Amino acid sequence: MQVKTGHPRPTARLVCRNVWKLFGNRPKAWLERHGPSPSAEALAAAGMVAAVRGVDLEVREGEIFVIMGLSGSGKSTLVRCLSRLVEPSGGEILYEGRDLLSMSEAEIMQIRRHKMGMVFQHFALLPHMSVLENVAFPLEVQGVARGERDERARRMIALVGLEGREAAFPRELSGGQQQRVGIARSLAADPELWFLDEPFSALDPLIRREMQVEFLRLQRMLHKTIVFITHDFDEAIRLADRIAIMKDGMIEQIGTPEEIVLSPATPYVTEFTGAVPRAKVVRLATVMVPAEGPAPARHLPADATVAEAAPAFRAGADRIGVTDAEGRLVGQVHRDAVVDLMLGG
Amino acid sequence: MAEAALPARLPRLGAATWIVALAVFLAFAVLGAAAFPWAFEMPRAWHVPFAAWFGGFVKWLLNDASFGLFTFAGLTRFIAAALELPYRIVLGILSTGWPAAGLPPLPWFGVIGLAGVLGHRAGGWPLAALVAACLGFIALFGFWDSAMLTLASIVIAVPIGIAGGLALGLLAHRVPWFARAIAPVLDLMQTIPVFAYLVPILILFGFGPVAAIVATLTYAMPPMVRVTMLALARVPAEIVDLGRMVGCSRRQMTWRVMVPAARDALMVGANQVIMLSLNMVIIASMIGAGGLGFDVLSALRRLDFGAGLEAGFSIVALAIALDRLGQGLARLRSAPPTGGSWAARHPHLLAGLAVVLLSGAAALAWPGARAFPEAWQLSTGDFWSRVMREINVTYFDTLEAIKTTLLVNVMIPVKRFLLGLPWLGVAALLAFAGWRLRGAGLAALAGGLTVLIALTGLWEQAMTTVYLCGFAVAFAMLIGLPIGILAAERDWLWSGVRAVIDTLQTLPSFVYLMPAVMLFRVGDFTAMLAVIAFAVVPAIRYTVLGLRGVDPRIVEAGRAMGCTRRQILWRIRFRLAMPEIMLGLNQTIMFALSMLVITALVGTRDLGQEVYIALTKADAGRGLVAGLNVAFIAIIADRLIQAGAARMRARLGLEGAASGPAA
Repeated sequence: MQVKTGHPRPTARLVCRNVWKLFGNRPKAWLERHGPSPSAEALAAAGMVAAVRGVDLEVREGEIFVIMGLSGSGKSTLVRCLSRLVEPSGGEILYEGRDLLSMSEAEIMQIRRHKMGMVFQHFALLPHMSVLENVAFPLEVQGVARGERDERARRMIALVGLEGREAAFPRELSGGQQQRVGIARSLAADPELWFLDEPFSALDPLIRREMQVEFLRLQRMLHKTIVFITHDFDEAIRLADRIAIMKDGMIEQIGTPEEIVLSPATPYVTEFTGAVPRAKVVRLATVMVPAEGPAPARHLPADATVAEAAPAFRAGADRIGVTDAEGRLVGQVHRDAVVDLMLGG
Repeated sequence: MAEAALPARLPRLGAATWIVALAVFLAFAVLGAAAFPWAFEMPRAWHVPFAAWFGGFVKWLLNDASFGLFTFAGLTRFIAAALELPYRIVLGILSTGWPAAGLPPLPWFGVIGLAGVLGHRAGGWPLAALVAACLGFIALFGFWDSAMLTLASIVIAVPIGIAGGLALGLLAHRVPWFARAIAPVLDLMQTIPVFAYLVPILILFGFGPVAAIVATLTYAMPPMVRVTMLALARVPAEIVDLGRMVGCSRRQMTWRVMVPAARDALMVGANQVIMLSLNMVIIASMIGAGGLGFDVLSALRRLDFGAGLEAGFSIVALAIALDRLGQGLARLRSAPPTGGSWAARHPHLLAGLAVVLLSGAAALAWPGARAFPEAWQLSTGDFWSRVMREINVTYFDTLEAIKTTLLVNVMIPVKRFLLGLPWLGVAALLAFAGWRLRGAGLAALAGGLTVLIALTGLWEQAMTTVYLCGFAVAFAMLIGLPIGILAAERDWLWSGVRAVIDTLQTLPSFVYLMPAVMLFRVGDFTAMLAVIAFAVVPAIRYTVLGLRGVDPRIVEAGRAMGCTRRQILWRIRFRLAMPEIMLGLNQTIMFALSMLVITALVGTRDLGQEVYIALTKADAGRGLVAGLNVAFIAIIADRLIQAGAARMRARLGLEGAASGPAA
């Protein structure tokens, strides 16, 4: 929802080129022998199970990049490849222009300590530590002195709204609170890359909704470069700047929520997009026409969704103006276009 | 044999092939003796002199073995010295004092006070009261001096056992080939009867408390290694990912992430070390540990049931105190430093010091106060002896009739039948079972070990062991299953039964022998009774755990379909609990085998007797070979039953859901 229409394209921070992850007998050597992109038949014949197959993607600075896929699609393996928690069998992963896969264990450890943070589906809180100790743990590992790490941990705990619970233990917290601790911990070392592996999947629907809002609030403050894993298409639509849809270890389509909903690339993607109300995805920039006639009474920004614009028509207006980020009028939207889109699904 | 007790329909494992195999086996057993006498009784010339080899090896270790810089004997002397020093210090504090320096030991009230302070630190007033009561119980029954001897060796053995087991387990977790190498060693260590390695330890370390500590460590450490490996493997993958993601070094990963995350499971291992060390106390007293174990042993020799029971319960009291203290201490968190003076921050340290100084001063001033006053001591020994005498006088004929009937009509015919079986046929049948249940590997293992037993020339003793163990297990299951079924459905009954079987499990196994011997004198029947009393515990426990562990949603579904209580029990719970009950059967067999060796004291003629004779003659080779044979029987039974249980789990779709806890 933070698409900066008309802005220069932000730089890519994390780039995957033809990343493979195979399970089987000596997969790395096998992949080297069988060319950069072996076929499904060749894999099957060699008894290889492919979790990630030839993934190309780039995550841009400050964006929320959502990888969406059902269970078994390889999304969790892929996000672990990005931090080399899982060793990819082939390909390149570039961060700041360097290939993570050619780094030594010590180098990657430094990158993980200072540049990466991760939130886990089942929270992965250490049961023997208090909230404060859990959040301070990444700093403790780095050898930050107690006073400083406690102070930074307290700031993070305040950031996620858990002041007063510093001395509590994970088992004393609700699921939503536990994941807040997990989020605070992943941010404690002030990483640039923020990985979230199905962070809200284990939570009840209402709490999940609340956490999504909270997550967007944090991102507006922090501007991290985010890889967010989910199996929930609605969640992907709600949070993503761009979405990659995965199936059987391969990327089916990458695009903004709007692009994916309006022009699904494969029948598989269509199955997800069919049930999504377009008005909640399509932005005014897509349905606007050049401004003409007298200036409309009301204006909305170009990156507002049609659903957000709908109430403005309730007063009886026939059209509203669309403005860019600097507030200049760039076009207008007619009532009919909005009604068509909303009734059309 | 015990399968007969399981009424639910067993899964079909190709019933026809089983029947054919059994028929062939029986035909061979009945008709083959004339044509193939060598298949029934292995010719002496085929026997392999393993015993002489082992004996020679131990001698070589002692006399000639050298690692270049130092000899093996030097190594054992070094280990002995390293254990001896801390042991002497602890013993001095608890029991002997330092007469040369004029220092008395800590008097009984000092030890109880110190334990109370420790209990308060670990778990507040309730734990302090419990620990003090346990030690008070020991003093009250006049076992204080013995208990302090035992406590001294436990205090040395338990921390070493826990730390060593943890270290080996961590190594196995990190180094896959080490894990593979250590697995069969652990299997053997847990199935070889303790007596079997007493002799080599005796030869290498000499008679005395140090040898006893080494034996205790040998016995109590393997479960800790296994529990550690299991606990580390079960740490959730996400926690491991977290540790790597925040950039933990290896050391941080181990000590800050893995070990704390596995703490609950590791505590189970530590508890096992304490319990097994205390189990070992009696056996260790045979090689010079003295203490409570010696009291039980001498009571057994005198057939003084009351004294044996009291000494046994003193061991239980010690076990409870140590276990609860250990659990409490492990649950403590390192409290963040708070303000206040040094004294305010360390109240327990101060209180402990005060207790030591005050009681020490009291003991110096009034030497008479050192021992627990004899006038306060109690004994129930007479009471128990009278009860036993009473039973014997009143019911002698009845008891004798029961024993004779069972022996003549059931046990002896079965024994004859088993002893008449051809070793080759038994090996083939077991190999067939292994092949049907898992495949060629298990077939080779089961058949191969059976042939190996025959090759050692101890076939007859081995079959006697199988016969005694089989009967005991069958009866234990016959008793345990109904109790388990009744208790599984009734909470009040289960809490009562659990208290009883927990006590039974901590009670040293020797204690079971005494009433059996007093009522039925020596012999197979007595041995079997003692084994049943010991082995019924896992039969009950696993039945209850299995029945209670059935997914409540399935039971609910059954109720929704209108099943009666009986139908729910037999058609749903029992079917789904089968794999767990099979594990219970497995554990029952293991318990029975470990107890069988001890029953050698009452004159059986099985492998246990062979081990026991070797112990009295200090014949290392003979004892080890007989002990290994017991281990082989245990391993064959264990692997076949595990394979059967795994098949059953797979059939019920419970793959991986239930796994046997180390009991």
